[in-house]
Amino acid sequence: MSMSRAKGAIPGVTGAAKTDFAVLLPYRAGPSGAAQSLLFSRWMTSAQPWVLVSLLGIALLWPVTAMAQSNYSLTQATDALWRWMPFLVVGGFSQNILISFMTMAIGTLGGVLLGLWQVSKLTPLRRFAWFITQLFRNSPWLVLLFIVMLAFPFEIKIGSTIIAIPDWMKAVFGLSLPIMANISEIVRGAIQSVPTGQWEAAESLAYSRSQTMWRIILPQCFKRMIPPWMNWYAILTMATPLVSLLGVEEIVTLSRQAMEAEDNHPELLMPFYGFALVIFFAYCYPIARITIALERKFQVKL
Amino acid sequence: MLEAFQTFFRELADTYPKWNFIFFYDPSQWDRVISGLWVTIQLSVVCVILSVLIGVGGAWLQGSPLRLVRNFVAGYIQFFRNTPPLIQLLFFYFALGQFTPTYSPDGWLEVPIISNVGWAIISLSFFAGAFNVEIFRSGIESVPESTIEAAESLGMSRLQIYIYVVMPLAFRVSLPALNNNLVNLVKTTTQALAIAVPELLYEMVSIYNDYSTAQNASMLVLFVVYIVLVGILVLGMNRWERSMKIPGYGS
Amino acid sequence: MTDTTWTSDQPIVSINDVHKSFGELEVLKGVSLDVMKGEVICIIGPSGSGKSTLIRCINALNDIQAGSIKVEGLEVHDPHLNKLELRKKVGMVFQQYNLFPHKTALENVMMAPVLVLKENKADVEKRARALIKKVRLEGKESSYPGELSGGQQQRVAIARALAMRPDVMLFDEVTAALDPETVKEVLVTIKDLAQEGMTCILVTHEMGFAREIADHIYFTDRGVIVEHGPPASFFESAKDPRTREFLSQIL
Repeated sequence: MSMSRAKGAIPGVTGAAKTDFAVLLPYRAGPSGAAQSLLFSRWMTSAQPWVLVSLLGIALLWPVTAMAQSNYSLTQATDALWRWMPFLVVGGFSQNILISFMTMAIGTLGGVLLGLWQVSKLTPLRRFAWFITQLFRNSPWLVLLFIVMLAFPFEIKIGSTIIAIPDWMKAVFGLSLPIMANISEIVRGAIQSVPTGQWEAAESLAYSRSQTMWRIILPQCFKRMIPPWMNWYAILTMATPLVSLLGVEEIVTLSRQAMEAEDNHPELLMPFYGFALVIFFAYCYPIARITIALERKFQVKL
Repeated sequence: MLEAFQTFFRELADTYPKWNFIFFYDPSQWDRVISGLWVTIQLSVVCVILSVLIGVGGAWLQGSPLRLVRNFVAGYIQFFRNTPPLIQLLFFYFALGQFTPTYSPDGWLEVPIISNVGWAIISLSFFAGAFNVEIFRSGIESVPESTIEAAESLGMSRLQIYIYVVMPLAFRVSLPALNNNLVNLVKTTTQALAIAVPELLYEMVSIYNDYSTAQNASMLVLFVVYIVLVGILVLGMNRWERSMKIPGYGS
Repeated sequence: MTDTTWTSDQPIVSINDVHKSFGELEVLKGVSLDVMKGEVICIIGPSGSGKSTLIRCINALNDIQAGSIKVEGLEVHDPHLNKLELRKKVGMVFQQYNLFPHKTALENVMMAPVLVLKENKADVEKRARALIKKVRLEGKESSYPGELSGGQQQRVAIARALAMRPDVMLFDEVTAALDPETVKEVLVTIKDLAQEGMTCILVTHEMGFAREIADHIYFTDRGVIVEHGPPASFFESAKDPRTREFLSQIL
């Protein structure tokens, strides 16, 4: 018996099995079906704190022994860090948080709009939204940042008033583009996960399409969208240091300035960059925990 | 043909001063663009290969009976997943890089044995590798216990089972998630600019630093090139993925 | 201790007062049974009675806390036992997920003799084809498990276990997951095997089949062998009330 089969195809593994006798267990990406989007938070929360600390300890063994041989001691470096810490946190990290909040706000607005357009009945609108979403989902964030920051006018004239747009605002717009695209995907996914029975029931009750959308479908989607939304917030916060490459003031730029003020001893690098790593972790870890808890709470029971 | 192409852009630059596609008509700038693109491609390929190897090795170690080994791998994964990749790059290059031994090729220069490109490769490979370990782990867990026991009762050793039974199946099953991660890795290579790796973004930035009129042009071409690069990758991966769909996963 | 002077007048499988616990839960509470060469043994009983555990202990897939299991004189749970020696003597077929989904039927059957026994590939292929023909699946050599029905997959699994030329075959509820239509084809294959003189130990729910081919039937309940006997007397005149209750529920 000859089988016309694509090269490399294996029924039951690479394609549908022709038998209903199970050939392979279903691949579980996570507790819930749509868990692909939550992998980041899930992985973050499965950490055991002592594991991270001990790993850091091992990683520091080599540089610490090298440091012990230098003139500028580790204690002096940590003293310097201690002195600069308030400045870094209040002046630097707070900027990261501010940027992340504003980006998330703008990105969510744009993303919801794009997501709704992606399921619209109007084909040109749907195509346009799909195109924009794919475009910004697949572009490197740093490239988008560069383009927006260079292309954006540094001041806007409305009537006779001139509004200066600060650098960080441009960075916010730059980062909001990929966020918008990803939120759009979340919205589209959530809407499409609502069973078609809901749409049909609404139709038979003479609801118009927009009424169905706003009164029946979206309220159900809202809960489903929160965990992946929070997950993207964590990812976004991790991406905010990118803006330092374009001169925007945030924790990495301020760290560099602080080290300059301390005469750029190489022994400073470890504590300062290490502190940046730690503070991001301290901020994102609780968010990841809350995300997982919310996801468990909002687990859809059909 | 090439002549007409070049003249067109030269004239465009004259009529529209803000749209100076200098690299299209100036061979030395063109070389910069090509070299940047080449570095991006090389960086992507090397990091993809290394991160997959790290993923396979890490997934193997995670199944180890020794608690210490398992926790070490878990710690490595958590570190690389919960910290910004940019800061990882900076930390590796500046903080750890200062301690690498140096050698002297000509008696004057002190050249570190791991260059900035080397650190970029290490940092990015471990970054993507951390995600790959989880992806391969999930794939491994989708291989039924019964199949492994059947292999065991045929007399196969643990290593033979891993190589001939578990890994081929786990790899196929984890392909969609793996593809996603690899596309992400290619996008993340742009961050190597922070440690002066001469990849495409870095070269474009250098060009418009030298020729400020080329700013718009270089950013446009950069954007298009990345869209095309990532687009080709995504399309190829999607096609491969579609022929690799498994019953019971996805929709 | 391994006894190397086994002769075929001694039991080929000798289970002696075996105790097995999973943590706190004791699953086998002192089980003893002997199987002579060429005999067909069926083990029946309610779920949780320990029958699957027992059969897995024979193949060293589970360890035991007390007692001894000897296969052709080899002490199965001797810590210095070369497992390969055991697996050459004992073949096992599982309830499901038996086959390697990424290999064709022929490759599945050929894999172990080539990899484990290191036999010549051409010889193994000839033998594998003969085995596939024997289980009445001629023509399906290049089919993948995903293209075969459940019954066909189990028959390939039987062929694959036979490729190692075992002296004892273990069957762990091999028809439990199949559709009624495909159960028959598997049972016919096992019957052929039994009639050719293979020593078979089956855990099964198929009472009619057990009555037809078994030389001896054992009834287990809650970790002990309650009653055993040849099929005629077992089914007609069971002595123990537990046996009678079980039989009345299923017959």
